[in-house]
Amino acid sequence: MVIFLQNLVNALQWGSFYALIALGYSMVYSILMLFNFAHGDIFMVGAYIGFGVSIGLLALSSSGALAMPNWLILVLTILFSMFLTSFVGMIVERVGYRPLRNAPRASAAITGLMIGIILETGNLILMGARRVSFPSLIQTTTYTVGGVFVTNKKIMIVLVSLLLTLALHQFIRRTKWGMAMRAMAFDFAVVPLMGVPVNTVIALTFAIGSALAAAAGILFGIAYPVLDPYMGILFGWKAFVAAILGGRGSILGATLAGFLLGFTEIFVAMIFPSTLRDLIAYSIILLILTFRPHGFFGEPYSARLRL
Amino acid sequence: MLLSVENLHVSYDNIKALHGLSFRIDEGEIVCIIGANGAGKSTTLRAISRLVPVEAGTKMTFMGRDLLKYPADKVVSELGISHVPEGRRLFDNLTVLENLKLATFARKDAKAIGKDLDRVFSIFPRLAERQHQKAGTMSGGEQQMLAVGRAFMSGRKIMLLDEPSMGLAPLLMKSVFDSLQEINREGTTILIVEQNARMALLFAGRGYVLENGKLVLEGGSEGLLANPQVKKAYLGG
Repeated sequence: MVIFLQNLVNALQWGSFYALIALGYSMVYSILMLFNFAHGDIFMVGAYIGFGVSIGLLALSSSGALAMPNWLILVLTILFSMFLTSFVGMIVERVGYRPLRNAPRASAAITGLMIGIILETGNLILMGARRVSFPSLIQTTTYTVGGVFVTNKKIMIVLVSLLLTLALHQFIRRTKWGMAMRAMAFDFAVVPLMGVPVNTVIALTFAIGSALAAAAGILFGIAYPVLDPYMGILFGWKAFVAAILGGRGSILGATLAGFLLGFTEIFVAMIFPSTLRDLIAYSIILLILTFRPHGFFGEPYSARLRL
Repeated sequence: MLLSVENLHVSYDNIKALHGLSFRIDEGEIVCIIGANGAGKSTTLRAISRLVPVEAGTKMTFMGRDLLKYPADKVVSELGISHVPEGRRLFDNLTVLENLKLATFARKDAKAIGKDLDRVFSIFPRLAERQHQKAGTMSGGEQQMLAVGRAFMSGRKIMLLDEPSMGLAPLLMKSVFDSLQEINREGTTILIVEQNARMALLFAGRGYVLENGKLVLEGGSEGLLANPQVKKAYLGG
């Protein structure tokens, strides 16, 4: 039982990363019917931006110019990096996807792959071929609850990701921008007739998705403080799986599927040798998808794509 | 003159859909374009709403302004041209109220929006009853009311209506047209395209006949209703 609970705690943290990245995939996919394959690399870029921002803030703080407690540096790093990374997402959309808005979907998909490669190699050139280690902004405190080890970092990571997911959910349900996104997911072609500037809504969608990926990148850096330019690839693929498994355009679905992936991986690794983890975990996910090919909570949408 | 269309040419994938249409609409009018399926009626409305690209040589002005300088969303939000598309195209996943509110996305006059919403609910009381229901769960007639209500909310110097009678029982059709008449009396100009030529001509003050992407006839509704050519082709003899 203690082992089970211990793994549950680990799975919650692991699933948080997938869930946060999956949201960005899911939003873009539901609105544009587009697989934004560069999104995993946005997660990587976000982690690096977080690295840069935190190093900068730490230097500023220790130089005495603006002394800040570390928790404040962490909060500022998350917020500022989300802000900066949202621009990376908007640039990717503007430069990579918008010119191909009416091109065949396959062209848009390979655009994502190419942008991914550009971001990876661009980073390699910028930062050199070394791994960087994310600064430890908070001291790890370990609590023991009934034999289960829980660290303050794990609690923080799970809480922050749930908080961001909840905020996104409220944004999409309650604001006019969120309403426009839901309308575009249903029937893109008629949305301009409502006086809605669709390009602005699309840019905002990329901005939010990228900001969430950046948050995931920083949280990841706090839990596993080694960053490398290719860290986003496998993570991106898996989060993509979560987005589709969650159902088209469903925030709840993408979140649950992200956690499901985390749980499956961690619990498979609990029972089997860890080299078999992904083999068995993704066979299970494949089986689930076979029985629910539309995912968990797919939103309905109009089949009429043209007006 | 409110809307002027001159020499409108549109092609889809190199197939010519409209061959140089020209027509004008004055403020306060109800004008219809009748024609068979595929004649180019919907394309004409889409061109005015800037949803499809037009070819060189086309000139369109609205209240003296060059329509071609406005992207689709600004045609609605800045010029006040609203468009009820063919097949209604509601957002089934949004509630009735959300559908109406989305149409005010670019408007900033909160007070006037509230008044317009009340007006829509007084014209179509059914929509008020169902405001928290998903649009996709309503009957065809109610959906057409919502489509008109949505256009009313988005801005309404002129309302472009694409086959509003489609799929409606005669009684419902009449009630929708009565409501449109009311909206027109309050100052909204109406351009309607219809396959149901009799209904459209009885409703409009004047009309155009569109055949294979060309306007072939025009005139007052009574004249067109009595015209033997129109009778034979569109009014069932």
